[in-house]
Amino acid sequence: MSSAIDPRATSAMLYLDGVHVTFDGFHAINNLSLTIAPGEMRAIIGPNGAGKTTMMDIITGKTKPDEGDVLFDGITDLTRLDETQIAELGIGRKFQKPTVFESQTVEDNLLLALNADHRVRSTLFWQRSKADDAAIDCVLDTIRLDNARRQLAGSLSHGQKQWLEIGMLLAQDPKLLLVDEPVAGMTDIETHQTAELLKEINRDKTVVVVEHDMTFVRELGVKVTCLHEGSVLAEGSIDQVSANDRVIEVYLGR
Amino acid sequence: MRHTLTRSLDRSATTFLLIVAGAGILLPLSNLLLPASSPLHVPTYVMTLFGKYVCYAVLALSIDLIWGYCGILSLGHGAFFALGGYAMGMYLMRQIGPRGVYADPVLPDFMVFLNWKTLPWYWYGFDMFWFAILMVVLVPSLLAFCFGWLAFRSRVTGVYFSIITQAMTYALLLAFFRNDFGFGGNNGLTDFKDLLGFNVQASGTRAALFATSCLLLALSFLMCRAVVRSKLGKILIAIRDAESRTRFLGYRVESYKLFVFTLSACIAGLAGALYVPQVGIINPSEFAPGNSIEAVIWVAVGGRGTLVGAALGAVVVNYAKTLFTSGALAPYWLFMLGALFILVTLLLPKGLVGTWYAWREGRQRAALSLDADSAAFEDSGVKPHMAE
Repeated sequence: MSSAIDPRATSAMLYLDGVHVTFDGFHAINNLSLTIAPGEMRAIIGPNGAGKTTMMDIITGKTKPDEGDVLFDGITDLTRLDETQIAELGIGRKFQKPTVFESQTVEDNLLLALNADHRVRSTLFWQRSKADDAAIDCVLDTIRLDNARRQLAGSLSHGQKQWLEIGMLLAQDPKLLLVDEPVAGMTDIETHQTAELLKEINRDKTVVVVEHDMTFVRELGVKVTCLHEGSVLAEGSIDQVSANDRVIEVYLGR
Repeated sequence: MRHTLTRSLDRSATTFLLIVAGAGILLPLSNLLLPASSPLHVPTYVMTLFGKYVCYAVLALSIDLIWGYCGILSLGHGAFFALGGYAMGMYLMRQIGPRGVYADPVLPDFMVFLNWKTLPWYWYGFDMFWFAILMVVLVPSLLAFCFGWLAFRSRVTGVYFSIITQAMTYALLLAFFRNDFGFGGNNGLTDFKDLLGFNVQASGTRAALFATSCLLLALSFLMCRAVVRSKLGKILIAIRDAESRTRFLGYRVESYKLFVFTLSACIAGLAGALYVPQVGIINPSEFAPGNSIEAVIWVAVGGRGTLVGAALGAVVVNYAKTLFTSGALAPYWLFMLGALFILVTLLLPKGLVGTWYAWREGRQRAALSLDADSAAFEDSGVKPHMAE
């Protein structure tokens, strides 16, 4: 997917500037500005209610900001588009709670996620192709669920569902992946494997990870942004951010 | 395992189609060819009764398509059924011609009675069968399309959607009750004489109508099955189970809902069109909100998301209704229907057919994993373990 020379290579993959969102008087996002470069992986941390999930909602079109710019790939204004259009543009999202199609097989989950023609008529007359099978095999291999391909997604363990959902994002083949708490409820080994998986994905895709688990964020070894009360509190390496007095203050209380 | 599953499901679909085809051929033959004294003779009234059930089964299929597979609970599907019925009723009214009580060559009796001098414009064309059939398909589909377009675009879902479908069918009920609406008011349309030149009372016509109903059931079943087994069907299930996930994958959820809702209304309309000549009347009570709810109960009893179950549920519940409402238990039928719904919801949430499928699949799975376990044990000589 990555071409050698992209005219927009210098501009940001994701650009948020002066974004405000208010829910019934509660200022969920307060003058948030954030820039994610193409090919970057960024970890977003912050205490509960810092606005991490709301930020994801804004980027994916679920919530419309009251004010501010949200640009994708340097040019596209995301605030004017709905979820479907944004997904078609190439932004994939993993939910906080693993959300897969529980009554369908792992294989079918990936099939539905594949980047294909999403119109009604073409899905009604769709025929399975070798290319689809190959893409599904490839993703199954990456997310280590090859053995479970014919199982119902609902019968998977919590960690496997998280992976399946990441796999669905991969099948979607987006430019930007938004991953909300991928290791919640995972064992230490699974957490480690997930970090490896995300690093692998980051080789050719831009990734934004929201996570509470500091060990996991440390393992990712990427730039960290700490949100607090809807705006950026600190940005830098994990060591810099965790040494920041303000960050310590909001995490530990005064 | 996938193969055995598809094969066995295919088997139940084939069985279903064979039963429908068998009934559609054998009942009319026995009615027409066997003497009334023969123990195998099916009286005309029984055949007509079952013809009515078969139409209900088609209505149930249409509800199962949207509720069972896409999670859209319409409590107003009786309206599409009744609209199809009215379109057919209008054709049958126009066929009466000068044989009505007032012997007006064009105007149906109720219009003469209301002192109308000319035929309202929306009755034009209904003297032609092809036009009536076109309307049978078009009117319910168009209403469903407009209604669905507004509702799905505004993301009206779940119980809110169910409530506005109730309101829709109730509004139509009130409208059709009015004499000046031009559809016979309270009495509706009745006293039909001919259908395509054949007397609707004749047992030959009745037999043909029954066979046609079975044919419609088989075709609707095949069509619904083709839809749910396509990739589109998987997307419908995905919308049912996790709508926002489907949306974030890039599917325009409202288009899918609109497609399947319109298709379903069209099937319901066709069912209504075949129902009317068999029962001989269509009146506004067909729009009663209770009718639509009853149809949903048939699907729940038979098993939603199974298609076969929906059709079976419609026949079983209506057969029970006929049995019980004709005896001493008649005043208690509604209580029994309510109790049936509660019992099925509590004890058999998958319905009759759904429970049967789950039981059979469980057995296959158990047998299969037993095979796999012993095979793995023999192959590697180590204790089989679950995949990570």
